[in-house]
Amino acid sequence: MKKIFIKEEYCIGCRLCEIYCQVKHSKSKKILKAFKDETDMLSRVMVEEIGHNSFAIQCRHCEDAPCVEACISGAMLKNKNSGIVTCSEDKCVGCWMCIMACPYGVIRRDLSSRKVASKCDLCGDEEYPVCVRNCPNEALQFKDI
Amino acid sequence: MVLKLNQSEFEVDRDKSKCISCQVCVRQCSNDVHEYDEDDGNILSENSKCVGCHRCETLCPTGSIKIKQRESEFKRNANWTPEHLKNIYKQAQTGGVVLTGMGCDKPYPVYWDHILFNASQVTNPSIDPLREPMEIRTFIGRKPDKLTMSSFTEPGSNKVSYKSNLSPQLKLSVPILFSAMSYGSISLNAVKSLAMAASEFGTFYNTGEGGLHRDLKAYTANTIVQVASGRFGVDKEYLNSGAAVEIKIGQGAKPGIGGHLPGEKVNYDVSNTRMIPEGSDAISPAPHHDIYSIEDLSQLIYALKEATEYKKPVGVKVSAVHNVAPIASGIVRAGADFISIDGFRGGTGAAPQVIRDNVGIPIELALAAVDMRLREEGIRHKVSIIVAGSIRSSADVIKAIALGADAVYIGTAALVALGCHVCQKCYTSKCNWGIATQDPYLTKRLNPEIGTRKLLNLLTAWSHEIKEMLGGAGINAIESLRGNREHLRGLGLNEKELSILGIKHAGEAW
Amino acid sequence: MDYKDYTENLNNEFESIGRENIFKNPREKFVSDYRVPSGCAVFGIINENGGLFDGGMVIDGIEMMHDRSNGLGGGFAAYGIYPEYKDNYAFHIFYNDSLARKESENLLQKAFKILYGDEIPTAKVASVANPPIIARYFVSPKNILKGTEGIEKESKVSADAINSAQEEFVANFVSNFNADSCNAFIVSSGKNMGIFKGVGYPEDIGEFYKLTDYKAYIWTSHGRFPTNSTGWWGGAHPFGFLNWSVVHNGEISSYGTNKRFVSGFGYKCSFSTDTEVLTYLFDLLVRKHGIDLNLVNYILSAPLWKDIETLPEEIKEFLTDLRIIYAKALVNGPFSIIVGNNNFIYALNDRIKLRPLVAAKKGELTFVSSEESAIRKVCSNPDTIWSPRGGEPVIVYIKGKEPMLHVSGKINSDNFIERMSGYGNSFAGILK
Repeated sequence: MKKIFIKEEYCIGCRLCEIYCQVKHSKSKKILKAFKDETDMLSRVMVEEIGHNSFAIQCRHCEDAPCVEACISGAMLKNKNSGIVTCSEDKCVGCWMCIMACPYGVIRRDLSSRKVASKCDLCGDEEYPVCVRNCPNEALQFKDI
Repeated sequence: MVLKLNQSEFEVDRDKSKCISCQVCVRQCSNDVHEYDEDDGNILSENSKCVGCHRCETLCPTGSIKIKQRESEFKRNANWTPEHLKNIYKQAQTGGVVLTGMGCDKPYPVYWDHILFNASQVTNPSIDPLREPMEIRTFIGRKPDKLTMSSFTEPGSNKVSYKSNLSPQLKLSVPILFSAMSYGSISLNAVKSLAMAASEFGTFYNTGEGGLHRDLKAYTANTIVQVASGRFGVDKEYLNSGAAVEIKIGQGAKPGIGGHLPGEKVNYDVSNTRMIPEGSDAISPAPHHDIYSIEDLSQLIYALKEATEYKKPVGVKVSAVHNVAPIASGIVRAGADFISIDGFRGGTGAAPQVIRDNVGIPIELALAAVDMRLREEGIRHKVSIIVAGSIRSSADVIKAIALGADAVYIGTAALVALGCHVCQKCYTSKCNWGIATQDPYLTKRLNPEIGTRKLLNLLTAWSHEIKEMLGGAGINAIESLRGNREHLRGLGLNEKELSILGIKHAGEAW
Repeated sequence: MDYKDYTENLNNEFESIGRENIFKNPREKFVSDYRVPSGCAVFGIINENGGLFDGGMVIDGIEMMHDRSNGLGGGFAAYGIYPEYKDNYAFHIFYNDSLARKESENLLQKAFKILYGDEIPTAKVASVANPPIIARYFVSPKNILKGTEGIEKESKVSADAINSAQEEFVANFVSNFNADSCNAFIVSSGKNMGIFKGVGYPEDIGEFYKLTDYKAYIWTSHGRFPTNSTGWWGGAHPFGFLNWSVVHNGEISSYGTNKRFVSGFGYKCSFSTDTEVLTYLFDLLVRKHGIDLNLVNYILSAPLWKDIETLPEEIKEFLTDLRIIYAKALVNGPFSIIVGNNNFIYALNDRIKLRPLVAAKKGELTFVSSEESAIRKVCSNPDTIWSPRGGEPVIVYIKGKEPMLHVSGKINSDNFIERMSGYGNSFAGILK
């Protein structure tokens, strides 16, 4: 399966990946409308910075995903075909065990309506995840392991 | 009280209806122009700090920023222009030399824009480059007067074979090389992009005064190493690693003075590669202190040839000045294999503004004069001539070759391909595009993979355009255009200019 | 006033004043500094046994291609026509008036011993109007080495060296004469050969010069279609220099580069014509630099880089070096040329064959022509007939006169040149 890889030496800390991730997962999917009207968008990719070093991290879609193990309601599942780990929002009860279990800290609490876990879904219907496509310095790459 | 010196040159025009306060502009501007106000969620811009590099405009996801030229206006004065006034204010305040970057931007005539190229019709068919071979391969180096066969007879038979005794040549797949831009004046990522692109395309790049960084050892087959007045990084290994050696006597942007690298740009790596203390200004001496005359130059040329065992072409780079023709003649007789002539429009990382804008002559005239003089003396074939100093498009390349050049160096054009917006602030080490800086936060912005790709695209595009123009003139090998001034015509030039360029005026036939 | 009226006026004045000096600087009127590119016709015949034949055959051949000319130029070169004076230089000279003739003859006498001089006999042909005075002289350079008898023993200088020195002298004289003079023009200056040319259709020019009265073993001819109506007799082809004669169909787009190249070796390109530059290129490469004739096409119509890459290492290196050293001698732009010299005829096309050239053999005769029809006119059933490819030369030597193959004075065994020439067919001017 294809996963997102980061080249730290080229991440410039602009956080455009975060912006486009938010737009992709917004209601309107349009950047101006989303940022003007919606108040609680959550990016599934996070840029970490120390000094001049920075990199963007998101869900690794682990083979042996601890979050899937920890999920009490069976909402967090790894799809056998695509390999993508997703959270079914209708099943999620907001217990946050997945957040505690995730070794990368890439799951967040979505408090906008029901309380659900929010994380990277590799933008299922796109050829490239939007963070990869919009990185201005090609620091994010989408390729087979 | 210190009077405010900074008069805004630019204005950040932000369309509030499109700004989403994503703060990309805040993060990306190295001059701290934009600031996010926590209280009202708006972004404020301090126009006086803007240098017009367009980083924010380019990266803004909604396209809400436009950078406009907007200066505070003085009473109209054709003589005391705002620039002169501002320079004097600065100097009265600081007592310093006004520095600037990139090439001369003053409205002197650009001769390339007054020269037109030919096409063949009726009496001579034009050639279609898409369907017919079109050859632009170029060789740089000393050529002999005529063919002398150094042949040998194989023992035991009477089969005679050919052995070449040609002087060492550089083989270029296109008559364009990357100009000397030192590691120090530009970032390592930028140099890597140049090296990788040169290596892949089949041309060469020049180390400039920066020495040769260890990461670039893989590309030495496509490197021209430069020996400048400061002799930064020059040792036997350095000389032998390049494919050719170039002695830098002068540079078009600042004839008569040496290179200048401000201390801000001399970090650990630069200091190691150049073998100078970290943080110190690297100001090269004006002359080479062992070259005070032409015979000294000849000694250095042959010393370098000895050090490289006569296996590499050794050339000399000079600025285009008034006496460039006799100087070139002297250089040929001193033993150089190629001469690089840098016109006054050439770029630089840092130079005093008065010198950049007032010293030197245009490359078009210098090239025409040198080519004519060397031909008159019957020594033109002994050297290859490479010209530089603002080659902006493939049309300039074609015109340069028709005037007599063997190849051209591109400096500014290559940096523009990498993202440069010619804001002329290279000496501050705050280049937002990661080119003319050593700040690690900024140098990351130039991904060498992307940089290499862009340079390759530039060379590919220009090669195609050159082939189209050659074919249009009925020529299928670039050597038939070299010095063929019959294919050029001047437009709006006076008699003297036409005569120095050696071309007729548009409207005159053969 | 138009060209016809102008010439009519001139004719009238001629009659009335009786050939006095009325042309002050006719070159200003007839010869422009402008190049005159032209479409044309070329035709050449050689008898490789040196057998002599009259000009009738070549006139018939070129007449067949009448439509390729427009009557503004025609000419012939003939080798072997002056057997009694075969060791002397035969100068054919045009004069605009008798003053020019007198002055030129003075100059000639200073530099040469003139063994014989007369006016070339001509016939009156209606369409050939306003000929200049056409004279010929058989000369020998004097004062070079006090006469050559016994010189070898006296100063141990070889006959070859004396010959070279004389050639150099004549070359310089002719070059300077033609560059400086306005009213006189040396048309040809070789041994046992002559160039006959003028303004008119080639068959008419042939009749004008009574070429059926001459017998030669090599004939070349040319008909011109210039795109400029200059009426100057000297502008017609062939162009002559020493023993060389060149007829050319085409236009050289590398003219400026080639011109500057030969100028660097001392040649004066006074006539702004492509043919002049081509002639000097041959003189430079073959006579001065000693490059074997079989290798000249690799310089003038150099093979393409992509084809050179496919060859064995040694050949590749040699051809690459040739292209590097003689880059400015590469002739770009369409051309078919026929070059004549005392011992051979040489025909060549540009590297991508943009002009026609056909060759044929019948017995001891070889024909080269722009069109096959011209060959068939004079030889209906040749043994072989072929179209040389771009860059592939047609070289025919007079039997026994092939030089010892050499390059730059180094005499070596034959196989290098043979190996080089052997590749001629595999890559010279591969057509798409």
